[in-house]
Amino acid sequence: MTGANPGKRSARARKIGAVNALVDLQDVTKRFGAGPLILDHVSMPVEEGSILALLGASGSGKTTALRLINRLAQPDHGRVIVLGRSVNEWDVVELRRRIGYVIQEGGLFPHFTVERNVGLVPERMGVSPARVRQRVYELLELVGLEPKDSMGRFPRELSGGQRQRVGLARALAADPPLLLFDEPFGALDPITRRRLQEEFRGLVRRLSKTAIIVTHDLAEACRVADEIVVLHEGRVAQRAAPKELLAGPASGYVAAFVAASLPE
Amino acid sequence: MSSFLWFVVERRAELGRLTIEHLAMSALATLAAALIGLPLGILLTRRPRWAPPALGLANVLQTIPSLALFGLLIPLPLVGGIGPRPAILALILYAVLPMVRNTYDGIRGVDPTLREAAEALGLTPMERLRFVEIPLALPVILGGVRLAAVLSVGTATIAAAVGAGGLGTYVLRGISTLDTRLVLAGAVPAALLAVFVDAALGRLARSDRPRRAGLILLVAAALLALTLFGPGPRSPRIVVGSKNFTESVLLGEIVAGVLEARGLEVERRLNLGGAWLCHSALLSGDLDVYVEYSGTALMDIFKGPKQTDRDAVLARVRAEYEKIGLRALSALGYENNFALVIRKQDADRFELSRISDLARVQSQFRAGMFGEFLERADGFPGLARAYVLRFAHSPAEMDLGLLYQALESGQIDLAVGSTTDGLIAAKGFVVLEDDRSYFPPYDALPVARQAALAQHPALGEAMDMLAGRIDAATMRRLNFEVDGRKRNPRDVARDYLATLLPRASP
Repeated sequence: MTGANPGKRSARARKIGAVNALVDLQDVTKRFGAGPLILDHVSMPVEEGSILALLGASGSGKTTALRLINRLAQPDHGRVIVLGRSVNEWDVVELRRRIGYVIQEGGLFPHFTVERNVGLVPERMGVSPARVRQRVYELLELVGLEPKDSMGRFPRELSGGQRQRVGLARALAADPPLLLFDEPFGALDPITRRRLQEEFRGLVRRLSKTAIIVTHDLAEACRVADEIVVLHEGRVAQRAAPKELLAGPASGYVAAFVAASLPE
Repeated sequence: MSSFLWFVVERRAELGRLTIEHLAMSALATLAAALIGLPLGILLTRRPRWAPPALGLANVLQTIPSLALFGLLIPLPLVGGIGPRPAILALILYAVLPMVRNTYDGIRGVDPTLREAAEALGLTPMERLRFVEIPLALPVILGGVRLAAVLSVGTATIAAAVGAGGLGTYVLRGISTLDTRLVLAGAVPAALLAVFVDAALGRLARSDRPRRAGLILLVAAALLALTLFGPGPRSPRIVVGSKNFTESVLLGEIVAGVLEARGLEVERRLNLGGAWLCHSALLSGDLDVYVEYSGTALMDIFKGPKQTDRDAVLARVRAEYEKIGLRALSALGYENNFALVIRKQDADRFELSRISDLARVQSQFRAGMFGEFLERADGFPGLARAYVLRFAHSPAEMDLGLLYQALESGQIDLAVGSTTDGLIAAKGFVVLEDDRSYFPPYDALPVARQAALAQHPALGEAMDMLAGRIDAATMRRLNFEVDGRKRNPRDVARDYLATLLPRASP
């Protein structure tokens, strides 16, 4: 699924110097209207199979960077490559079915049961009703929910953590190689959050997915990600593995961010 | 109360038919408005730039008073004329706004997070609409449908003014003949219908099985609407019209009765709102015959200069009608002139007998007149000029049927009625003399379509039986039977014809 066009991709890969980039933001600039620059010449290859955290304060551009990847937003300048192709060359529906997207509280449709929420995309892709049901069942088990108990429920009947799990199951429904998470655990209590973080990381690893997670929580980024990109005022302030980041902040801003996030 | 119930029970067949007509009109209008309004509302959410002008236009449409809208539609080809067609079109125009606005607002109001979640899932725009936006907006959209349906049921009452039928028929007939029971017999069921429709659609919105409930309602509405297209009585009928006051309705019934006595099939479209409406309906072929007055035709329809000679006016009007494919038949024999009517005690106290005497009391008198008189070429503005009248208050505008009640109760001191009004003598009112010959003569004059006369030779022959047969005293008596004794115009006409026809038949 991922090796759609190996020749083309390796040519580009040489240029950007990242051999297995599944996602690549290349010199991307974005602003809304006449506002300030949200992203200022950002380049950010993401290696296949890795979990990357986009870390930053509100307004740092991290969510916008994420939305460029599934084309919910368009860059003013630069290119966004996903699975070897510029996002604008993709059919947008096809592109998005290859990208799972999980947002806070799951973004579940309140008028659909859990089963319908998770099964909607496979259903629209033409999978038979029996197989959709089977798939939903497996997905719910995968994300740690009791399928029989939860399939017929509506989102309002679930706890925050359960909703988050359903949101992940829905994102996984079309078996996409890439998962995007936008502050997925922000609304959860600390204990649930911690457990879900660990489970999610385990699951992404086990399924060999590539994942990008947007967060403003340094501890969360350290727990889930292989690599952290710190965004500050639309620019990459530092890119490093969690331990390196904690040990050697590249700038005063990163140092301050780290310091502010640590317990006293 | 029990007499009212009896009154209703007596009319149950007609009441049932009018109720079905009323519901059918409303249902058809609501369905059609939904077919237009719901997609349009959705389209506007895709083209937000079009929304302000489109919603603005729909808003403006809704502020047009319903009678005015009917009036505007009558001269239009295809959709115009009188009867259910223009009425339903007007109802649709009114019902479209709530549908469009609620659909637009409902979909725009869907949580942007969910809209985006649907987008990010890789749903196509149509899928997003079908599975996310419309279902989530449904309560608001259904609210619009409900509003439109209730609005249609309410507005359909006015539709009787253009001969569309429905429960408004009773209301208008009741107002024009001063019969409160008739007004109630129309208004109460109309109000109940609105409540019922509102409740039914409200239930639908809360239904456990909304699809099934929706389907049932849709089918019911469609079936109702179909009754409007039923096997219409396309047999060669002659359509008889009248304006919306007692005497005109009586004349309509008399004409209809004479035609029926000759074995002709007749359809009654009585109580139409005004001379212009009747005239337009004749021209468009929606009416075949109605009784006009020569002076009204001269000044109001043909905008001619005023003439006071009775025969000259008749000749002039006759010639004008011939030019436009209509024909003035033989005059009925009496004149129904405008009458300025006051209470007897005022006439005595202020010594008033002529219109010019009003100059003495104009600072204290309050006049009331029907709306048409305020506008007509032979109406109030010219009257005020001719007699140099300047009342302290501008004239109160009220329905013809209500004027004498208002005069009797002292709300007004001067009513503009007509010389054949049955209530003038009955209530002891006094008619002021037109001492400056302001008004032209108003001979009661049947007017028919030339084409209808050619098609039904018996039409002309039957109408000739009425030539010169009605005098003012007779008409005043007949009017009083309806206005004073509260009798049904059709019964009064029938009784009258029973005395007339044996002598008239060959």
